[in-house]
Amino acid sequence: MSDKPKFAMYWAASCGGCEIAVLNIHEKILEVDANFEVVFWPVAMDAKYHDVEAMEDGSILLTLFNGSIRSDENEHIANLLRRKSKILVAFGSCATEGCIPGLANLSPVSEIFDIAYHTVSTDNPNNIHPQTSFEVPEGTLTLPTLNPYIKTLAQVVDVDYFMPGCPPESHQIAAVIDLVIQVLQGKAQLPPKGSVIGAGNSTVCDECPRTRNVKQIKAFHRIQEVAPLDPTLCILEQGVPCNGPATRSGCDSRCPRVGAQCIGCYGPAEGVLDYGARLITAFASVIDAKEPAEIEAILDGIPDPTGQFYRFNLADSLLRTSTKAWKK
Amino acid sequence: MTQRITIDPITRLEGHGKIEIFLDDKGDVANSYFQIPELRGFERFCVGRPVEEMPLLTNRICGVCPEAHHMAAAKAADAVYHVDPPRTAKLLRELLYMAFYATDHTTHFYALAGPDFIIGPDAPIAERNILGVIHKVGLEIGGKVIQMRKYGHTVVEMIGGRKVHPATSIPGGITKILSEDEREQIEEMGRWAIDFALFSLQAFKDLVLANKSYLDLILGDIYTHRTYYMGLVDANNKVNFYDGKVRVVDPDGGEFCKYEPKDYLNHIAEHVEPWTYLKFPYLKDVGWKGFVDGKDSGVYMATPLSRLNASDGMATPKAQEAYEELYATLGGKPVHQRLATHWARLVELLYAAEHWVELATDPEITSPNVHRVPTETPTEGVGIVEAPRGTLTHHYTTDERGILTKVNLIVGTTNNYAPIQMSTNKAARNLIKGGKATEGLLNMVEMAFRVYDPCFGCATHSLPGQMPLEITIRDKEGEVLDVIKQFVD
Repeated sequence: MSDKPKFAMYWAASCGGCEIAVLNIHEKILEVDANFEVVFWPVAMDAKYHDVEAMEDGSILLTLFNGSIRSDENEHIANLLRRKSKILVAFGSCATEGCIPGLANLSPVSEIFDIAYHTVSTDNPNNIHPQTSFEVPEGTLTLPTLNPYIKTLAQVVDVDYFMPGCPPESHQIAAVIDLVIQVLQGKAQLPPKGSVIGAGNSTVCDECPRTRNVKQIKAFHRIQEVAPLDPTLCILEQGVPCNGPATRSGCDSRCPRVGAQCIGCYGPAEGVLDYGARLITAFASVIDAKEPAEIEAILDGIPDPTGQFYRFNLADSLLRTSTKAWKK
Repeated sequence: MTQRITIDPITRLEGHGKIEIFLDDKGDVANSYFQIPELRGFERFCVGRPVEEMPLLTNRICGVCPEAHHMAAAKAADAVYHVDPPRTAKLLRELLYMAFYATDHTTHFYALAGPDFIIGPDAPIAERNILGVIHKVGLEIGGKVIQMRKYGHTVVEMIGGRKVHPATSIPGGITKILSEDEREQIEEMGRWAIDFALFSLQAFKDLVLANKSYLDLILGDIYTHRTYYMGLVDANNKVNFYDGKVRVVDPDGGEFCKYEPKDYLNHIAEHVEPWTYLKFPYLKDVGWKGFVDGKDSGVYMATPLSRLNASDGMATPKAQEAYEELYATLGGKPVHQRLATHWARLVELLYAAEHWVELATDPEITSPNVHRVPTETPTEGVGIVEAPRGTLTHHYTTDERGILTKVNLIVGTTNNYAPIQMSTNKAARNLIKGGKATEGLLNMVEMAFRVYDPCFGCATHSLPGQMPLEITIRDKEGEVLDVIKQFVD
């Protein structure tokens, strides 16, 4: 056994992009190896749950937990890693706010099954759906049970820090690793519990090089109707719904720099209680209309308000789920 | 006495994986099941979203190959709007895609497959990882591997905006206009990538092909299945990653079918089993006959080796030479030995690098004409690209405003689900006899699914590069008879 502090990284319901983002710190990954003993990281090493169970509580110094809580298995591992870890970080959009898979909270699981196992290419005359327990000739096979809706990590366990982004940008990951190493060497202190780390404290707009003229708009456009956009002017003021005003800074406004709107992957800006509500306010402030009918016509330019305002944040919003998913 | 072996979780899949192996009274393998215990439901929750969101939403299916979903979604959205993007937009999308391919194939070869061949499948376990690879080939080469990944992600970020989850492809084209300065950098990195690919092929020849025991392993029966092979081809039947028709060859190598993306439903269907959340695609005209190979079974494979088998060659000169050498060495087309997939991956790496430079030096690549505004009413469309792990199909139907009413996705690794189940089953059957599981089984089972590079493959093994497996053999009462471990303390 090594004397080095222990490090773990886990992925619950996730896409793997957070893991790739960690690998994209390139040579710096060797510093993780030099400063930590990696004890649990299913993509890179031992994936056995019972080894974690055997560890002393609190024996892992730092766990980066990515992915949302979709199944009972995810929830079980979240509880396990909470117990074993001194510092538990909700890493990336899925763990902090549910991310795009959180849009599944608009539908009950039964509906997800009815679609997934009956698509146009699926040949399923006997209406077979996966079963959490199924008898094959040789024995019983089991599958985890899907929860009625996706939860964020903090909805399941106590979380020490939140690191937003889908995925977190690699330079931010490198900075956080530097900080932790400095803390280990006694050269720095950890931020207060509950802090957002690896991101800025303002909005994407504050990092965006585009010019804002406080111009108001008469219509919203979908990006394919007006691309390419003027590369120097505010995207929202060109009429394309851009989530920058409600979204936390930290990515260096990556998407607006390449002509695309911010889609909000860094989550709510500092102090925002409900992401969608803040964004609606921001959009309302650029609409140039007084009459209700005119306002309504302009808002029709946003064809999917739920997706627009809660694309990444639904599972962590005040709404969390649709009523039909909740009731199931 | 019935025994049961559980490998849980295995890790190199999008999501999680689990293998259950049942033994019969004699202790031989009765059957095995490769289970996928996860479902996120994209086909449901993308309904109701505007179609231009799909290149952004479906990125999040897989963070290992978001570029593939981004491209398939953009192409499906083009089709929904009946819009043909300007040539420059297609060039830029494809350039991003080649840089991604070169990166992804590099990671898989060196970090994942490398340990088995460069270090050796039966070498001491402690050496069989990426650090062992670097020790064997030298730090300088380890640095090259990191450099290749860096270059690839730099290009992805330049054109797509972000290293992971690119943001720029939209219906009708792309939002990014490439500057001459960026183009020069991309060309330079591409030329470096060609040298790196050539170097990698040479390393494969020196370290693997020159070693008789490795060659025997590649050509042996344990990793062989005679199935159909699928891959995207251009008008000359050469391998293409971004565009073309899907071609399928039968186990004898004859063309079985060749179809436009829009016609995929005439050729592909999916089978559902109650013991796993993932579906099993198969060739409709042959039918689902269970987990068996041969001409009468609709099981097909979609991997680098499949793409080479399904094509008449590579569209770039150096890759074509490498393609010819592969088939000359392995005894002609098609090659059924799954381990040859690693070699095929390097041939594709060379093609990706060569085509990267071709695209970066195209006179139109820096044109500002990168988007065509769709004018037709959106309806329905299919987009297909080759993901590194298999043919990727996105099929959307929308209302007249372009709001999705139906979504169907057949994803890279999913194509290979039946072959993966068959390959792990075959490895298990060959290695577990009389209730005795040898330690060699661990790495051999690992190698059986590693050739398919199931979605998480490319990310793994970078550090420290070990595949943890633990096999527990229990009797009927659940009493532990034996535990075999690898990389498990």
